[in-house]
Amino acid sequence: MTNQDYLKDLSDIKTLMNKSTRFISLSGLSGIMAGIYSLIGASYAYWLVTTSAKDYLILDEKTFNIVLIDLFLIAFFTIITAIFLTTRKAKMNGEKLLDKTALRAISSFLIPLVTGGIYILVILNQQKYGQTGALMLLFYGLALVNASKYTLGKIKYLGYIEIILGLICAIIPGYGFWLWVIGFGVMHIIYGIIMHFKYDRKQYQ
Amino acid sequence: MSKNIIQHINKIFDHRIRLGIMSILMVNEYAEFNTLKELLGATDGNLASHIKALEKAEFIIIEKQFIGKKPNTRYSTSKLGKLEFKKHLNALEKLIKQ
Repeated sequence: MTNQDYLKDLSDIKTLMNKSTRFISLSGLSGIMAGIYSLIGASYAYWLVTTSAKDYLILDEKTFNIVLIDLFLIAFFTIITAIFLTTRKAKMNGEKLLDKTALRAISSFLIPLVTGGIYILVILNQQKYGQTGALMLLFYGLALVNASKYTLGKIKYLGYIEIILGLICAIIPGYGFWLWVIGFGVMHIIYGIIMHFKYDRKQYQ
Repeated sequence: MSKNIIQHINKIFDHRIRLGIMSILMVNEYAEFNTLKELLGATDGNLASHIKALEKAEFIIIEKQFIGKKPNTRYSTSKLGKLEFKKHLNALEKLIKQ
């Protein structure tokens, strides 16, 4: 054995220790679906607001509630789809869905996300609407970055992008809707497609 | 000095798959056969023979059980295995620094 061999041994050990403690079953398809749901939901909200005879996003209570329900439905369908597709993928790979790596990934994802969700509801109740889009992007981005420690698949970079979009959105809240569409719609689809071809396809073969 | 280090390079770990099995088990409470197989990209027979070698050295513990009707085997490191692997790692690191 030469020094090179020892070095290679050590780097193999490091890679395996890293890889084996991360959750790998998250399906790329669920990212694509999340993006599509977001776009559908956003289109509906856009249609609703533009036909409600006002140009900008100060809504009467009824429209506002419908938009909230719209958001809730997007989140609901996204979660259901993610659970379904990830379960399917885990089964195909002969892995258990809720192993330790999955639980760690989920809890580190949910803590920033739920905190953000509750915070947004609190300030909405205080009639502070301006930063909603920015806050959603920011907390979601932070949740992704936090979970990335326990997942494979470069979810970290999606998180960074969401955080940057969130900060831009905070500066120009007037474009909040469009930044939200980019962050939750377009970015999910792009990310999902990359992941699907990079990881999923390889494993199915 | 150099001789001393070489003594700690453990022959049993002198194979990619065995080194891999130990690396995974060091940072996980336990792992199943399929998990090891997937992470290491080994065939069933190949992996099984290396597991056997590590078991024989008493570096890993094999725990068989049934989940419903399916047999399920879990592997984890023994105290001895952990100790020996740490020694092996230290020796590797020292050798590189030389």
